[in-house]
Amino acid sequence: MVSVTSWGRLSHHAHCVTAFTSGAAVADVIRSTRPGLAHGMGRSYGDVCLNAGGQLWATRGLDHFIAFDAGTGRLVCEAGVLLGDIQRLMVPRGWMLPVVPGTQFVTVGGAIANDVHGKNHHVQGTFGDHVRWLSLARTDGETLTCGPDVLPGWFAATVGGLGLTGVIVAAELQLRPVPGPWLATETLVQADLDAFFFLSDASDAGWEHTVSWIDCLAGDAGRGIFMRANPVEAGERPEPVARTLAMPLVPPVSLVNRLSLRPFNLAYNALKKRQAGRAIVHYQPFFHPLDNVRDWNRMYGPKGFYQYQCVVPRAVGPEATRALLQAIARSGQGSFLSVLKTFGDRPPVGMLSFAQPGATLALDFTNNGGRTLKLFESLDAIVREAGGRLYPAKDARMPRDLFEAGYPRLAEFLTYRDPGISSDMSRRLMGN
Amino acid sequence: MSARNKIVILGATSAIAQHCARLWAAEGAGEMVLVGRDAARLQVVADDLRVRGRDMIISTRVADFADPQKIQAFADEIAGAGPPDVVLIAHGSLPDQAACQSDLAACREALEINALSPVLFAEAFVGHMERANRGTLAIIGSVAGDRGRKSNYVYGAAKGLVTRYAQGLQHRLAASAVRVVLIKPGPTDTPMTAHLKSQGVALAPVEAVAARITGAIARGSLVCHAPAKWGLIMMIIRHLPWFVFRKMDI
Ligand SMILES: Cc1cc2nc3c(=O)[nH]c(=O)nc-3n(C[C@H](O)[C@H](O)[C@H](O)COP(=O)(O)OP(=O)(O)OC[C@H]3O[C@@H](n4cnc5c(N)ncnc54)[C@H](O)[C@@H]3O)c2cc1C
Ligand SMILES: NC(=O)c1ccc[n+]([C@@H]2O[C@H](COP(=O)([O-])OP(=O)(O)OC[C@H]3O[C@@H](n4cnc5c(N)ncnc54)[C@H](OP(=O)(O)O)[C@@H]3O)[C@@H](O)[C@H]2O)c1
Repeated sequence: MVSVTSWGRLSHHAHCVTAFTSGAAVADVIRSTRPGLAHGMGRSYGDVCLNAGGQLWATRGLDHFIAFDAGTGRLVCEAGVLLGDIQRLMVPRGWMLPVVPGTQFVTVGGAIANDVHGKNHHVQGTFGDHVRWLSLARTDGETLTCGPDVLPGWFAATVGGLGLTGVIVAAELQLRPVPGPWLATETLVQADLDAFFFLSDASDAGWEHTVSWIDCLAGDAGRGIFMRANPVEAGERPEPVARTLAMPLVPPVSLVNRLSLRPFNLAYNALKKRQAGRAIVHYQPFFHPLDNVRDWNRMYGPKGFYQYQCVVPRAVGPEATRALLQAIARSGQGSFLSVLKTFGDRPPVGMLSFAQPGATLALDFTNNGGRTLKLFESLDAIVREAGGRLYPAKDARMPRDLFEAGYPRLAEFLTYRDPGISSDMSRRLMGN
Repeated sequence: MSARNKIVILGATSAIAQHCARLWAAEGAGEMVLVGRDAARLQVVADDLRVRGRDMIISTRVADFADPQKIQAFADEIAGAGPPDVVLIAHGSLPDQAACQSDLAACREALEINALSPVLFAEAFVGHMERANRGTLAIIGSVAGDRGRKSNYVYGAAKGLVTRYAQGLQHRLAASAVRVVLIKPGPTDTPMTAHLKSQGVALAPVEAVAARITGAIARGSLVCHAPAKWGLIMMIIRHLPWFVFRKMDI
């Protein structure tokens, strides 16, 4: 048994970890060690990737590429391959993953199981939109292959299926052509929330990537910076040197208290504003701004931290977002990571996919125990009222009724569950 | 590696060997011959390397790892098509020490796969390399071969044999252009050590170990500890006086 945690470092329970060493062996391993749960890079913040006291199947050993067609950009690989490895290999060949989350240190299997999104949902949808097929091993020994047109029910259950329908062994991904690693970016100062929604709507047609960083401690106004970008042909340029800063130890107390947070937020804003305007930026710092601060999650101290990410329908977007920012400002428990973006009108691929049309706000909160949980209750009330939902990839505490209200296809999903798979989250939100 | 290099990997399905091969593929090595005992497992490795490397000729070969005649014939055939620039001998298996003590068949098997088989392959290939007066032969030994310890001395003895063998080969080829590199990994995160990992033993990332190995092969170093700190750690362990060593639980 070894202690395993997730990105939020909220729990450190013992797990029995079994590593897959080959795709061919997955079916046997899971049949003989069930019940268990697949675990990729543990980049989920809460308990979706944990199974306290039980079995975890480590998927990172499934790291083989299987085939690549340079004419069509279709890549077949095992589920433990990292998105960053795909990018590093394929960008020089003129292909890129159409959708990437804020960190490149996640596995293909994890990206499918949480149906992750990037900053370009209004153009490219979610990760699952680009999966042509996947192979799924079930703990009863069966292996099936499903895709949008083959066993579509299994596909819709597995994309965004939180690892609960089986273990994804391999998948075929459709990459998109790019002129190179560069993005033409524009950074704008966003005075308030209305400015955000205006900029966001105005950017939908001409810009692929849009995101806004909000200074929560500046109150409920929604003051921040708005960034947008498009892939661009920029010729040969020196690529950024991979500099890695590490957070070497867990500091005894959270560095993100009210005192340290305010200057950080202000400094960040000032810094970004100096570079306001247009720039040619490498995709890595734009898509994954924190990836070269290794282990930054330790900054929140030994009790760990929560991320709260919700999406609320576009119609009530400004109102609900304002109410959320108000509640957070009142509580004085802001975070230095507060990201606001909009999702486009695509129907979600998976039964439990998080992305739905609307506005999504994500914030980190130091774990201050009851105080923090109390704040979340008031945020939940706003999300519930707005007809929104929370993101399981980030969650460690949402109440079951909010989950059920936010995910109306839950009952249908449950019929696809693998009885030999269970997680801390599934026990918390689905009863088993 | 320059273009059109020929690299032969024995035990090509080993995690350490695969990560070396990935680095070579990224550099665009010319030709790789992947040798193992199981065709399906070799195929997975070959497909992966074909995606990673462009313009590479990758072939897989199932070989006998025990029979001296078959090993010689195999090496003759591979080298006959052109002497290799790099031969990496990576196969091996970490036996259960207790089983080696209670079951002589297990003991013998451990000695065969970790000592005899690598030596036979090395000997079979090195003659061709010596005649061509070029190439680098790299053999994976282990830090475990530096001093016998109660926790795994059968494996350690086999790896110790590889160490002595490589030293002798280096001596024999000192005047030639052929390089012999002895690689001594410390505990590394691979399928071989999965049981240690689940007990919480600290293991080096295989990517870092592979990067050290390919660097040492490119330079033609005599000995490569991977990670480097194991050179110092093992020097201390080798020199610990008996009255200290005998009480240690290692
Ligand atoms: C800094 C940072 C930024 C992030 N930004 C974003 C973002 O912008 N957008 C976004 O959507 N997410 C974002 N995330 C969340 C992250 O992308 C997801 O949590 C992702 O799923 C993590 O992948 P993983 O490989 O670490 O999987 P894990 O966290 O280990 O597991 C996640 C889920 O996938 C399942 N799983 C893993 N492998 C398999 C498999 N082979 N078969 C079946 N199930 C499997 C697990 O059981 C679990 O349910 C961010 C996370 C971090 C740390
Ligand atoms: N990992 C460590 O901590 C560590 C430390 C020091 C030294 N080493 C050495 O590094 C080398 C590579 O090991 P690894 O860590 O990469 O382990 P690994 O991934 O388990 O690879 C072991 C390799 O040896 C092959 N093999 C095992 N038994 C065999 C047999 N009887 N006949 C033919 N081939 C056999 C395996 O082939 P199959 O795929 O067909 O099973 C595989 O290619 C070994 O020599 C090992 O002793 C490892």
